[in-house]
Amino acid sequence: MSEQIEQALERKYEAGFYSEIESETFESGLDESVIRRISEMKGEPEWMLDWRLKAYHAWLEMEEPDWAHVDYPKIDYQAISYYSAPKSMKDKPKSLDEVDPELLRTYEKLGIPLHEQEMLAGVAVDAVFDSVSVVTTFREKLEEAGVIFCPISEAVHKYPELVKKHIGSVVPRTDNYFAALNSAVFTDGSFVYIPKGVRCPMELSTYFRINEMNTGQFERTLIVAEEGSYVSYLEGCTAPQRDENQLHAAVVELVAKDDASIKYSTVQNWYPGDEDGKGGIYNFVTKRGLCHTNAKISWTQVETGSAVTWKYPSCVLKGDNSVGEFYSVALTRGRQQADTGTKMIHLGKNTRSTIISKGISAGRSNNAYRGLVKMGPKADGARNFTECDSLLIGDECGAHTFPYIESRNPSAIVEHEATTSKVSDEQLFLCQQRGLDPEKAVSMIVNGFCKEVFKELPMEFAVEAGKLLEISLEGSVG
Amino acid sequence: MLKISDLHASVEEKSILNGVDLEINPGEVHAIMGPNGAGKSTLGYVLSGRDGYEVTGGDVKFEEQDLLDMEVEERASAGLFLAFQYPVEIPGVSNMEFMKESVNAIREQRGEEPLSAAEFLKKAKAACKQVQLPADFLKRGVNEGFSGGEKKRNEIMQMILLEPKLCILDESDSGLDIDALQVVADGVNSQRDGKRSFIVVTHYQRLLDYIKPDFVHILANGKIVKSGDASLAQQVEKEGYAFLGKAFEEAEA
Repeated sequence: MSEQIEQALERKYEAGFYSEIESETFESGLDESVIRRISEMKGEPEWMLDWRLKAYHAWLEMEEPDWAHVDYPKIDYQAISYYSAPKSMKDKPKSLDEVDPELLRTYEKLGIPLHEQEMLAGVAVDAVFDSVSVVTTFREKLEEAGVIFCPISEAVHKYPELVKKHIGSVVPRTDNYFAALNSAVFTDGSFVYIPKGVRCPMELSTYFRINEMNTGQFERTLIVAEEGSYVSYLEGCTAPQRDENQLHAAVVELVAKDDASIKYSTVQNWYPGDEDGKGGIYNFVTKRGLCHTNAKISWTQVETGSAVTWKYPSCVLKGDNSVGEFYSVALTRGRQQADTGTKMIHLGKNTRSTIISKGISAGRSNNAYRGLVKMGPKADGARNFTECDSLLIGDECGAHTFPYIESRNPSAIVEHEATTSKVSDEQLFLCQQRGLDPEKAVSMIVNGFCKEVFKELPMEFAVEAGKLLEISLEGSVG
Repeated sequence: MLKISDLHASVEEKSILNGVDLEINPGEVHAIMGPNGAGKSTLGYVLSGRDGYEVTGGDVKFEEQDLLDMEVEERASAGLFLAFQYPVEIPGVSNMEFMKESVNAIREQRGEEPLSAAEFLKKAKAACKQVQLPADFLKRGVNEGFSGGEKKRNEIMQMILLEPKLCILDESDSGLDIDALQVVADGVNSQRDGKRSFIVVTHYQRLLDYIKPDFVHILANGKIVKSGDASLAQQVEKEGYAFLGKAFEEAEA
C-alpha cells in the first residue's frame, strides 16, 4: 500500500481538548454507598434507588463478557469515578445566561449549536457533560406540541409514572454486564416522550462529552413514542485526549407503540487513543428498541471513535408488520477495535428488517461485524435482508464478519450478502491523475463506499458525518 | 512543450524503458505504436507518475518544469492528462461528484475560482453530449457497470472537461466497434486547437485513420526505433513490425 495512504491516515483528534471547569467529582470506587450518594445528589425517589441497588447486586454476580473480537486489559471498576458534575451546575441554570461561559465555549469548540439564535436549524439539543445534563434548548416549542424532552434525572421527578413504566422495559437491569452497571450508576441522559399521534416538530439531539479524568460516563436514554407518533433523534459524542482509558457504558431504550416510528442516529467520535493504542474510550453500549404493531425503528450509526467499541443497536419486532432497520458505518484506524452490529429479533408476523453495515479498517485496527437475525416460531412471512461490506485500507488491518441466523419459522426469509474490498492503488492513481490529492482521494472513495448509510442520516448530519470521515482520514500529507 | 531525454524506467526491478527520446511541440499529435511489451503503456504511466514505475535515468521537461519531480496530482494540474486503457471503478462516487472535485481541484491549483454546481453541470452535460453519453451518466458511479466502450468515452468526456495541455491516450481504441471508435476520435479531434498536444498510444493503424497524427513512432524494447509520418503507421499495418528488420532486431537484442 502506498505511503501516501498511510500518511493520509495519520491525523489528529480534533475534539481532544480539555476544559478547565470546576467540577465536583466523586472519589473513584464503587460500592453501595456510592450508588446511594448518586441517588441522593439527584434527590431521587425511593423506587429509583431500589431499582439501582437491585441492578448493582445483580451486577456483582455477573461476569464481564469476553466473546467479542476485542482485546483490552482488565478494567478496574474501583479505579473509576462514578460521578462528576461541573460545580456551577449545583444551582441549576435557568437559562443559557447562567451557564458557565467556559462550558459554552466548550460546546462552541465542538460546534454544537447551543445558542438560541443558532437554533434556527431546528435542532433541540440536550447536552450531557460528564455526568449531568447541562441545558435543554427549545423546550418551549416542544412543550407546545406536547413533546417531553428533558434530562432523565428531571424526568424521574416530573414524570415518575412514565419513567417507572418504561425504564428497563426494553433493556432489563440484568440484561448484560454493562447494562447492569449502567442501571446501578447511571447519572444522566435524555428522556423523550412523544404523545399519541404527534409528529415531533424538530430533530432532537443530545451531545455527550466526557471531560474529567478517570470518570466513567453512564448515561441512559429513554425514548417513548406513543401510538402513531414520530420522532427523529441524534446523539453525538466526543471526549478529551488522554493517555488513560475511560469507560463509557450507556443504555438506550426505545419504545415504539403501535404505528409509531423512531429514527435514532448516532455520530460517535469518542477519543480513539493514539497510534499505538494508548488511551481512548471503551465504548460498551446497549441499545435496543421495542416495536409494537406496525411500528418502525431505524438505527443509523456513524462510528469513528473509541479505542474499543462493543455495541449492537437492536430491534425487537414484537408487533405484527413492524419494521427494524440498522444502517452502520464503522471506521477504525490506528489500534482501534470495533465489534459492532445489530440484533433483529422477529417475533410478530410479517415483520421486516434491513441491515446495511459498512466497516472500514485502516492502520492496524480490527473491525468486526456481529449480527443476529432471529426468526421466532410465530414470525410468519418475516423477512430480513443483510448486507455487510468491508473496506480495507492498507494491509495491516483486519475485517471480520460474524453473522448469526436462527430461524424457527419455515416461512421466514433471511438473506445475507457480504463483500470485502480494498482501496486500491489503481483507484488512488486515477483520482490523483485527475488532480485530487491522496487525502481527498481516500476520503472520496470511503464516502462512496458509505453512501447507502449516509443517505439515511438527517440531511445536516449526513454532511457532518461525511466531514467527520474526511477528518478521520485526514493527515499530514503535503 | 514536452521533451523526453534518454528516459529509463523499470517496474519491479525489470527494465522497461531503455532510453526514450521524444520531443512534442504545442498542437502536435504523436502516435506511438509497437509490439506487445514494448513499453507503450509504461511510458504513459511514467509520464503521469504512477507508483511502482521507477525512473532510473534521463529527464523529462514539461513546459520548462521538471516533470519527474512533481507529484501525480501536480502533473495533472500542470495540464497532463492520461486516458486510461482500463479505467477502474469507484463504487458509490458519482461521475458528477468525481469530475466536479477534479475540475475544481485543478482550477484551484491554477489559481482559478471553483465552478459553481450550476456552471459545472452545464459544462459536464455538454461534454457528455460530445461523446454521445446520456446526461444521466453523470449520476452513475465512476465506471461502475460501464461497458468497455462507455468507459473509453467517459475518459474522453473527462479529458474535454479538464482541458489539459497534453493528452496521453492509452489504447483508447481497444475493444471499440467502428461507431464507438468514431465517437472517441471525434471527441479527440474536437479538442485539437493547434495548442493542445496528444500522445496516441495504439496497436492499430485504424484509429489513426480518424485521428491523423503528425508523427508516428515505433517503440520496441523500451526505445523508439523508428519515427516517421502517418505513412509509417500504414506500413506497420501492412507488414507488421518485421520490416523494421535490423533496427528492430537490435532493439530486441
